[in-house]
Amino acid sequence: MKKLASLLALVLVVCMVMSVAGTGAYAEGKILPVQVGPNPETIDPAINSAVDGGNMLLHFLECLLTVDQNGEIAPGCAETWEVSDDGLVWTFHLRDGLKWSDGSDLKASDFVYSWQRVADPLTAAPYADTVLWPVANFNAVFNGEADPSTLGVAAPDDQTFVVTLEAACPYFESLAAFATLSPVNPATVEANGDAWAVDAETYICNGPFMITEWVPGSYILSERNPYYWNADAIKLDGIRWLLIEDSNAAYSAYQTGEALMIKDVPTEEIPSLMGSDDFFIDPIIGTYYLSLNNQVAPLDNADVRKAMSLAIDREYVAGTLMQGTYVAAYNFMGPGWADPAGGDFMANANNGETYISKDFEANLAEAKALMQKAGYSGDPENPDLKLTYSTNDAGYHKVVAEYLQEAWKEIGIDLTVEVVEWASFTPMRRAGDYESSRNGWVGDYSDPSNMIELLYSTNGNNDGKYNNPDFDAAIDVSRSTTDKAERSAALHQAEDIMMDTMGCVPVAYYTDFYLQSPAITGSWHSPYGYWFFMYADIAE
Amino acid sequence: MGKYIIKRVIMAVITIFVVATLTFFLMNAVPGGPYEAEKSISPAAKAALEAKFGLDQPLFKQYITYMKNILHGDFGPSLKQRGRNVIDIILTKFPVSAKIGGISVLVALIVGIPLGCIAALNRGKIGDSAIIVISTIGIAIPSFVVCSLSMYIFGVKLKWLPTMGLKTWKNYIMPVFALSFYPTAYIVRLMRSSMLDVMGQDYMRTARAKGVSQFFSLFKHALRNAILPVVTYVGPMMAYTLTGSFIIEKVFTIPGLGGEFVSSITNRDYMMIMGTTIFLASLMVVMNVIVDIVYKIIDPRINLK
Repeated sequence: MKKLASLLALVLVVCMVMSVAGTGAYAEGKILPVQVGPNPETIDPAINSAVDGGNMLLHFLECLLTVDQNGEIAPGCAETWEVSDDGLVWTFHLRDGLKWSDGSDLKASDFVYSWQRVADPLTAAPYADTVLWPVANFNAVFNGEADPSTLGVAAPDDQTFVVTLEAACPYFESLAAFATLSPVNPATVEANGDAWAVDAETYICNGPFMITEWVPGSYILSERNPYYWNADAIKLDGIRWLLIEDSNAAYSAYQTGEALMIKDVPTEEIPSLMGSDDFFIDPIIGTYYLSLNNQVAPLDNADVRKAMSLAIDREYVAGTLMQGTYVAAYNFMGPGWADPAGGDFMANANNGETYISKDFEANLAEAKALMQKAGYSGDPENPDLKLTYSTNDAGYHKVVAEYLQEAWKEIGIDLTVEVVEWASFTPMRRAGDYESSRNGWVGDYSDPSNMIELLYSTNGNNDGKYNNPDFDAAIDVSRSTTDKAERSAALHQAEDIMMDTMGCVPVAYYTDFYLQSPAITGSWHSPYGYWFFMYADIAE
Repeated sequence: MGKYIIKRVIMAVITIFVVATLTFFLMNAVPGGPYEAEKSISPAAKAALEAKFGLDQPLFKQYITYMKNILHGDFGPSLKQRGRNVIDIILTKFPVSAKIGGISVLVALIVGIPLGCIAALNRGKIGDSAIIVISTIGIAIPSFVVCSLSMYIFGVKLKWLPTMGLKTWKNYIMPVFALSFYPTAYIVRLMRSSMLDVMGQDYMRTARAKGVSQFFSLFKHALRNAILPVVTYVGPMMAYTLTGSFIIEKVFTIPGLGGEFVSSITNRDYMMIMGTTIFLASLMVVMNVIVDIVYKIIDPRINLK
């Protein structure tokens, strides 16, 4: 017994020794606790490719330009900027007295360093070519054929940053406001390597908030950055980013007041939350769509693809199956995309009409006729086309798959659903190793090219392997012209072609649905899926 | 005993080597990779990433490099949590899990052993039945139900306990309760049946016949023999409990190691998969050696060869 007691004592001591992990003290003051996602994989702007990481970055680092509450481009570190007549040389004039969070001066050369770092293949930045493709010499640098110092960026003086483009890019301002191109502090990056961005001590930043503590998997505490040029306009003392992974846990934290805003709301709570003042459903630029593999017969037949699209009752899918957290999509490009010629791209599409009619009964009749035209029965009693639908199991994917089984049965398709584990699913789809599959895209910036180009024959995300020379030609025109009206027309033409031949099947537009306490004032949510808390306040 | 430990250490190294090799080739045989996402990154960006982490090398070469590195204690960088090393992630997160796990093991032992004894001593009586019912429930209910129920009742409805983080001692109550629920119930059942077994032995009857008090005979003779199956169970159980629970950490937002075991696999973070697997395997082996030694202490008749 004595030995047993000493054994227990030993275990106790081991446990005590292991208990050294600190739990961290919480800061005092007006701290806003929010949940925008779990522990971010990274908050190094060059390396980040996730929405939650991007959302935090907006608060820690400020780009040359920013996006304001109305979705318009606004000055950031650059107070003014101009572009040459040929659209190839962009000159940004930085504000006076910009500083890093450690008090050192932020110079134009820091932007040169940061942009070169993104282009450097050794950084292996996943978004490098999305944001830097038009910049002179980018391809040579990124493919390792030229030194990063040859990238088309320069700092003639401490307050002037000049970018030379290879090809005119009408939406270059959106790229200059993109988090990947945030400035990073050369001193800390050189001293700490990739690890500069994992520790509050070495995370030198220039945005409205700076990180003072990061407990991975628990929370990131950011406090007001006194060196931020607009620090006087910041009302909060800090933001605590709760790194909650589980939506039920997030919901509990919201209910107990430990979080004042949560992004991850459990879907089973939605019916009871609908209509309450603190539950929001905001549209974002993105579409839930289906990829039909154009390389597989009979999905290479546009009539079959159209029939499959028309047989879907989108109102039912978005409103009932997805509990109103999505919006039925009758176009590919949904609300929120900016028309290059001005206004909303969707409002100007197809003469203001939706591409797919909202009359489901008529659509279904047309779908059956199209199936018959393609040589099939189109008859639910006599299904004569066997297809497989592949999806991963998350969110509403399986429910939608089950619905499609029913819906496509109506037009004589016998659908088998195949559920694939997430990490295997995307490479399989990309390789074209499927017949029909779920797909989705959320825009990185509001220029329509960001999504419509997914259907371009050589695009890496063209999972449906759609290949239409007319569509490609329209996209080529949109890329080469600097005339906004011509560019807008070409992009609309591309969508016309794509929707006429059903390059993919749009089902629903994405939204962000979230809970936010009315105590939070002055924050906003953008159609990119970001929350802006920098100018927020907490009402007493 | 010294010889025995040396032998066990050599066996352990071989075991860990086999586990590491199997894991390495199995995880690479599963489709997917660390840089797959809904939005594909460009082939050039992917190539740059793979070159940076040596994933462009032939598999066998990657294996040799990896094995060489771990001999030098270098478990490599996480492929997903860029800028963090696998060993740093394990060393920061393990103590958090180990703290909750350690307390849970203690609770399981302190509650489980006496309850098992009480049940055995009151065999067939109402106390025994009550303990059996409770321990059966403990084994039958999965931990996520315990988590969610206690979270809902004590966190959200009654607001007695905080629902997330590890700020104060109150934060520990629900996770420890959820984590120790199953092992406690298991130990109760184990202890009860092994105690009943021992109590039926001849030497116990002899002791009673010689007039040794029931209390003394129970603690001096019965418990020592009856506890051996519990010790066998506690070894591996401790390795699992100390390394954390994916579900409990997720529900209570605890920055422990348990989540990494699962997320590293879904993320195909090859370096993390290897690191966590080798870590768990090593811990398991160490625990088993400790169990053997504890055996020897409790029952000197056992000969460790």
